[in-house]
Amino acid sequence: MDIEVIRSYIPLYNEALLLTFKIGMLGILTAFIIGLSGAAALYFKVPVIGKILTAYIELFRNTPLLVQLFFIYFALPKLGIRISAQTCGIMGLGLIGGAYMIETMRSGLESIDIIQSESALSLGMSKGQVFWNIILPQAISISIPGIMANVIFLLKETSVFSTISLMDLMFTAKDLIGMYAKTIECLFLLVVYYLIMLLPVSILGSVVERRVRYAGFGD
Amino acid sequence: MGELVKVKHLHKEYGRNVVLKDIDLSVKKGEVVVIIGPSGCGKSTFLRCLNGLEEIQGGVITVDGLPVEPDKKDITKIRQKIGMVFQSYDLFPHKTVLENVVLAPVKVQKRYKDDAIREALVLLDKVGLADKKDYYPRQLSGGQKQRVAIVRALLMHPEVILFDEVTAALDPEMVHEVLQTMLDLARSGSTMIIVTHEMAFAKAVADRIVFFDQGEIVEETTDVKGFFENPSTDRAKRFLKTFAYE
Amino acid sequence: MQGLGIDVLFKGTNMLRLLKGLWVSVEISLISVVISIVLGLIVGVLMTSKNGALRLLFRSYLEVVRIMPQMVLLFIVYFGTTRVFGINISAELSAIIVFVFWGTAEMGDLVRGSIKSIPRIQYDSAYALGMNKFQVHFYIVFPQTIRRLLPLSINLVTRMIKTTSLVMMIGIVEVLKVAQQIIEANRKASPNAAFGVFAVVFLLYFIVCWPISRFAVKLEKRWV
Repeated sequence: MDIEVIRSYIPLYNEALLLTFKIGMLGILTAFIIGLSGAAALYFKVPVIGKILTAYIELFRNTPLLVQLFFIYFALPKLGIRISAQTCGIMGLGLIGGAYMIETMRSGLESIDIIQSESALSLGMSKGQVFWNIILPQAISISIPGIMANVIFLLKETSVFSTISLMDLMFTAKDLIGMYAKTIECLFLLVVYYLIMLLPVSILGSVVERRVRYAGFGD
Repeated sequence: MGELVKVKHLHKEYGRNVVLKDIDLSVKKGEVVVIIGPSGCGKSTFLRCLNGLEEIQGGVITVDGLPVEPDKKDITKIRQKIGMVFQSYDLFPHKTVLENVVLAPVKVQKRYKDDAIREALVLLDKVGLADKKDYYPRQLSGGQKQRVAIVRALLMHPEVILFDEVTAALDPEMVHEVLQTMLDLARSGSTMIIVTHEMAFAKAVADRIVFFDQGEIVEETTDVKGFFENPSTDRAKRFLKTFAYE
Repeated sequence: MQGLGIDVLFKGTNMLRLLKGLWVSVEISLISVVISIVLGLIVGVLMTSKNGALRLLFRSYLEVVRIMPQMVLLFIVYFGTTRVFGINISAELSAIIVFVFWGTAEMGDLVRGSIKSIPRIQYDSAYALGMNKFQVHFYIVFPQTIRRLLPLSINLVTRMIKTTSLVMMIGIVEVLKVAQQIIEANRKASPNAAFGVFAVVFLLYFIVCWPISRFAVKLEKRWV
């Protein structure tokens, strides 16, 4: 391995990491918002929306992100909907992630004992107050391990962004290999940079999970 | 006169399964009504109807003159007049004892938080739990949890409190402390409707006994002592016998 | 249909080519799944072993698989091996190696989780009935483990199929690559082909994966 080569590649990888991380985070944020509102809609059994959401969840959970991205990036422009590669990445990640997040949070909401909402209702709270003050905080804390798993999954999925020519880590690695054939150095940096991005999240995830699983409120 | 809770011709069914048929009951201010009866007789469902937690298929329930209808907007107003304590595990696990009891007064009744806390501490002290105010529910025993649940209901200043088998899920040694709290409450003049399996407690606390069986009121009397010694219906006799060992 | 470019698929053998491409993906995933399940069963049992070093080894293996995107693994195996070992392995073989490496870890963890999820009391009461170790495992633990395991491993199949979409990146001509070729070849005649063809690919993946995941859900509801 050539240290000089590695040193000279580092700035390029830094830039790529930043872009990957930025799109990843924005996508995850979108996914979280979709997840929260979708799960709430399913929880309140909003009539038509529920059916639409179920179709959306099934569709996006049963197709690869790569295909979804190709559809958004290459197919939609033919209908006159033109989207930049970055927006497409955020949208794609947000949509697939949203489908997973809805499922995670919905099962969190469903796991809360009915007596919780009944006793809150019997104190005179409105359905909205019960949801915000009683059900949601408990559901989120139960869902945290699932949410963290989704976050890691989504950050990993960012590796397909190179296919819509976003200059992310994969793109940079592939590009450099193609140009200078320094395969080992490029792959080494690729692994290191994915570790930089994912290892902290993964460690945080297992710490949080242990806390939620073995402790909970009151410790 | 001074009737706080009025139930007329209450009819409740799940599909074709009739749970409550033609129930009539009124409860006066300050009265303690104890409902007893075998499991599945509809007594818990009856309490849930009073609080608008169940849809009813016929009849009228009024509390303080206002009709209880589950899907009406002012149901939250009526529920503030009715406190309810459930079997167990109904404290909010993500909130401390103090947060549990002041949540509704602050969020629902828009009372000042400081006032609510001050009153909460007085009530918690009365039930011997002032030192536990910053504990989370999971750090409390079952009996302590139920006493907090009672304080939580009381802090809303309800006109009437419903107790749905509040000691059924407790360890035997915890039962007494909860019942004592309820007895104190009854003696202070609160209006209470209690569903329980604790016959000795029922005898001690009740102004009136209502015996439910198969979804109807079979016997109703203010002669509490007389009821337990010699009930007038066969069904009540058979029920009371199940508590005796020979 | 002309406007949306779906007509392209009815020209010549285009649709057939697309389906053949899909079969390439499905084939790679099926081979990988079968090998992963076999290896995963072994790894999973080893993961529950009392040997701390062994557990640590498999734990780190699992962590690596959990953290590294499959695409990175594909690149390492496909591009890296040639450089390091001087051997040239085909793209298909690289894909299968990566998917087995990944699938074995996932499957192993599922097996470990299923074995661990059998409550202590099940062992105790079986031993209390006078069963020997073999009987306890064969009659009590195994049947329960399989019930928990099956729906989860079926889910692994759909995840594999979805992930095979990545192999186009190392040059395997699967459904997405064929789609691109068709679109490219018909650029002039039907400029909107991208819409129709990608929409069909989208649906094809759904048609393959959806019934499998429904089946897994059904099994899970019945058994867990």
